[in-house]
Amino acid sequence: MTEPAPRMQTTNLTAMYGKFSAVKGVSLDFAPFQVHALIGPSGCGKSTFLRALNRLHEMSVGGWVTGTVLLDGADIYGPDVSVIRLRRRIGMVFQRPTPFPTKSIYGNVAAGLMLEGRRPKAELDAIVERSLQRTALWDEVKDRLHTSAMALSGGQQQRLCLARTIAPEPDVILLDEPTASLDPQGTQRIEELVFELKRDFTIIIVTHNMQQAARVSDTTTFFYLGNMVEHGPTTQIFTTPQQEQTEAYITGRFG
Amino acid sequence: MNRRTLRRVKSNVMVGIMASAVVVAVLPLLFILGSLLLRGASSLSLAFFSQLPVPAGETGGGVLHAIVGTLIIVGIASLLGVPIGVGAGVYCAEYPGSRLALVTRFVADVMNGTPSIVVGVFAWTVIVAPQHHYSGLAGSAALAILMIPMVMRTTEELLKLVPNSLREAALALGYARWRTTWSVMLRTALPGIVTGTLLAVARIAGETAPLLFTALGNQYLSFNPNAPMAALPLVVFTYSIGPYEEWHQFAWAAALVLILVVLVLSIAARMVTRERFGAYRD
Repeated sequence: MTEPAPRMQTTNLTAMYGKFSAVKGVSLDFAPFQVHALIGPSGCGKSTFLRALNRLHEMSVGGWVTGTVLLDGADIYGPDVSVIRLRRRIGMVFQRPTPFPTKSIYGNVAAGLMLEGRRPKAELDAIVERSLQRTALWDEVKDRLHTSAMALSGGQQQRLCLARTIAPEPDVILLDEPTASLDPQGTQRIEELVFELKRDFTIIIVTHNMQQAARVSDTTTFFYLGNMVEHGPTTQIFTTPQQEQTEAYITGRFG
Repeated sequence: MNRRTLRRVKSNVMVGIMASAVVVAVLPLLFILGSLLLRGASSLSLAFFSQLPVPAGETGGGVLHAIVGTLIIVGIASLLGVPIGVGAGVYCAEYPGSRLALVTRFVADVMNGTPSIVVGVFAWTVIVAPQHHYSGLAGSAALAILMIPMVMRTTEELLKLVPNSLREAALALGYARWRTTWSVMLRTALPGIVTGTLLAVARIAGETAPLLFTALGNQYLSFNPNAPMAALPLVVFTYSIGPYEEWHQFAWAAALVLILVVLVLSIAARMVTRERFGAYRD
């Protein structure tokens, strides 16, 4: 059996804030239709690495990048790349829910779709419904689609953000500690969704929660002080890690 | 006295001090409103809003010319000042560290502290003197100069209140930078910006000194902004320093109308603000 070509691939990726390297020469492959977890203690560079994958890092003060990042073989930092189009192919959900406060539930889900020009209302309605169904939110909000998204609970808001992210059908979804601000129930629902969504998307998730990485991911990468320490199948990382640091971290001896 | 009572006494004393500060702060406003109502209300009638002043010695007449003048002058000033103020505010919020933003912010703070009469003299020098005539437009320009820094700082502060995570969410969704600023950042801050702008409009509507050197005043109803124009603060000023008792009466009534206009604007601003708190709740 041949390995499928990686959906995303980084080669010697270094992400800097001014003169400080938050990520140091990381080379990783992300196979399609899998969940890839990035773990490591706070400040280890995993979030910065994630933000370099959709070129959000360069929006931070002093943020710049060296090395290459390929999406389906094409360099996303190439001179002819439209960052705007690129970000429509790589969706992202953040630590805290970020629904647009001035838009309705419907408006939030449709926000990304509206950017691609006008489309028939029926088509828009169908995509909004489907996106909300895929994030298990439809039954909870179908009667109040046109009310403010801010009235939803934190967990619902996060699923709404997930619906907003998948509505334009990106290739990759980046999740930056998506359950950090949620209660256990909300966390469980997001994890179930992540598991479901990998059928259609390639998912890269940053998490502080070791059990979460073990539960949802196919591969796990351990970051420490900006370096990629170990990368491999999740079962291997959590049962027979090759590096001492990895073992120390996942058994809770530091971090 | 045990510690619990002592703490309670201390707390009550401090609350009492702050409450009296509130009373002292509000008292002047109540006195002003009270005396205006007492002395001005009796002269208010429909005619006061719909008629022009009558010659000295006669009683009656109204301030229609000044109401129209104030609306036109303040309206044009807002048309000039709001877009420039909001635009500068957006720039300073979007490029907070840039040299231009630092300079602009500093200049705006200095301008906010500049006496309005100085702005009036400035407008006289650069507009009235070269044109050889006073005009409502010159008045609008002076008021716009006063308004821009206020609107600018409000816009900037309110944009800074919008969480950066919203900006990143929009960018991550594929919003272009201009669209992020326009339909996420500005849109979210809009109720607050409207409030700040209305307060700035209320503030300049009551300015007298800049208009003395620019709009000058006019006894007749005029819709031509390129000529001397009446305005409510000017009527108050002119009639209150006049020699006749009827004129003083007239000035009180005009002052009451002016403060009512400002009050209505401020209340409108508060109502928009309340809506804003509804929108931000989470």
